[in-house]
Amino acid sequence: MSTLSFRNVWVEYGNQFVLERINLEIASGTFLSIVGPSGAGKSTFLRLILGQEKPSQGAVLLDGQPFPAEPGPDRGIVFQRYSVFPHLTVLGNVLLGYEMTASPLTARLFGTARKEAIEKSRALIEAVGLGPHADKYPSALSGGMQQRLAIAQALAKQPRVLLLDEPFGALDPGTRAQMHALIKPLWREHKMTIVMVTHDIKEAFGLATRLIALDRPRKDPQAPERFGARITYDLDLTRDSAVPVLGFIRASVHVAQ
Amino acid sequence: MPRAMNVVPNRGSRLLLALLPFLLIALIYVVGSAQRRADNPDDKLLPPVSEMVATSKRLATEPDRRSGDYVLWADTAASLQRLALGLGISAVIGLTLGLAIGLLPIAGAGFGTLVAVLSMIPPMAVLPVLFIVFGLGELSKVVLIVIGVTPTLVRDLSLEVQNMPREQLIKAQTLGGSTWQVAIRVVLPQIMPRLIQGLRLMIGPAFLFLISAEAIASDVGLGYRIFLVRRYLSMDVILPYVVWITLLAYVFDYALVWFGRRAFPWAYAQGSR
Repeated sequence: MSTLSFRNVWVEYGNQFVLERINLEIASGTFLSIVGPSGAGKSTFLRLILGQEKPSQGAVLLDGQPFPAEPGPDRGIVFQRYSVFPHLTVLGNVLLGYEMTASPLTARLFGTARKEAIEKSRALIEAVGLGPHADKYPSALSGGMQQRLAIAQALAKQPRVLLLDEPFGALDPGTRAQMHALIKPLWREHKMTIVMVTHDIKEAFGLATRLIALDRPRKDPQAPERFGARITYDLDLTRDSAVPVLGFIRASVHVAQ
Repeated sequence: MPRAMNVVPNRGSRLLLALLPFLLIALIYVVGSAQRRADNPDDKLLPPVSEMVATSKRLATEPDRRSGDYVLWADTAASLQRLALGLGISAVIGLTLGLAIGLLPIAGAGFGTLVAVLSMIPPMAVLPVLFIVFGLGELSKVVLIVIGVTPTLVRDLSLEVQNMPREQLIKAQTLGGSTWQVAIRVVLPQIMPRLIQGLRLMIGPAFLFLISAEAIASDVGLGYRIFLVRRYLSMDVILPYVVWITLLAYVFDYALVWFGRRAFPWAYAQGSR
């Protein structure tokens, strides 16, 4: 189980309000898409879950428990770029996750332990379709292949929550479609909670089981930073209805228990 | 007729073009040397090539009458040992401190300014201090190289660490990496190519410090020899020594490039981008 809870979360930098009054329960196994205009705090939202940022008020809980305010192995991430290590081969990139867990001092494995880890890594590399490229360095991979690698890398830790920060934003439409076809089965198979930030509305509706939109509902033209973004729409995409039209359902800003 | 900026020489002509300036310089020297000899048979300023070859041969193959050493090789060994020690120690300190300052905000706050200030001390100004503190032996010469080279390496490497994409460090943490693990498995390997580059650039300054220290207080070494024979206007020793030092530095540089390409192929794979 891996429920994420936002309890009355505010994020502000000095006078600048980024997020205000965010109340949200993300059930275990949800594929959540976050959309919204630039500067509406989508990335901040993700960084809160990552632990890279602390809320100014309120709390973010994982399974009802607060977690340390730094990135950890229970929350994996795939960024738009720079997610893979250029100095390691595809295999080395995936292997690193196992090595860091098993060997605190040297972060290297030897003998049978290494063989087992390599086997597990190869299976993951195979699962994301990079089998023939296991010994290449990332610089020899295309953008789509690098993102596949980043996903395999994150899966190695079996994270409870997988965060995707515009993971397919830099890819061409064909590659993006391939990535969509890849991520959905992986999500089902590994029973993760996925939180994905995207600019691609089609992608947001097509992949997710739930979609939230962040925006600033109140605007002060003299001080645009005075009011933070809130959840303006919260759509359940699993029901057997036609795809809901944006703006059809108002979000409840209170915790829906 | 293509534009000049689009004319690319092929392999053969590239080699020829590279050799041409060297041949030209050699030609000028030979002509000038012969000219001066013709005017004054005792001229010492531009000794003919034959004389320099003879002297070099004597220095390299005949033991010195007083000490019994083969002078050229004894000088080279002494100097290279000092240089290697100096650069090696600098590299280790540079890596450790650069990594710490770049990766750990606390270390950056604590040492960053110190290193920036220390790197402004002219190393030659503290040479007397080194002679007084460490004596006239090997140690003071090695320490001079270390003092001259390390601050630059530290600053360069710490900047390199700070310029690494934040995403990588976060990703490493989500893979379960501790600070130590991230340092040795993610950051350290990625700044190694930069260290190689830094060392290449520092070969010149390292030789400068080495030869200065040897010139002032030493009994063996390339710099010592040059400054010793200067009293007798022995250009036939000085010039071959200068060529030899230059050659050594060039080989060093080449060896570093070769090693970098072998050890860190990933760093050179993006060259075509």
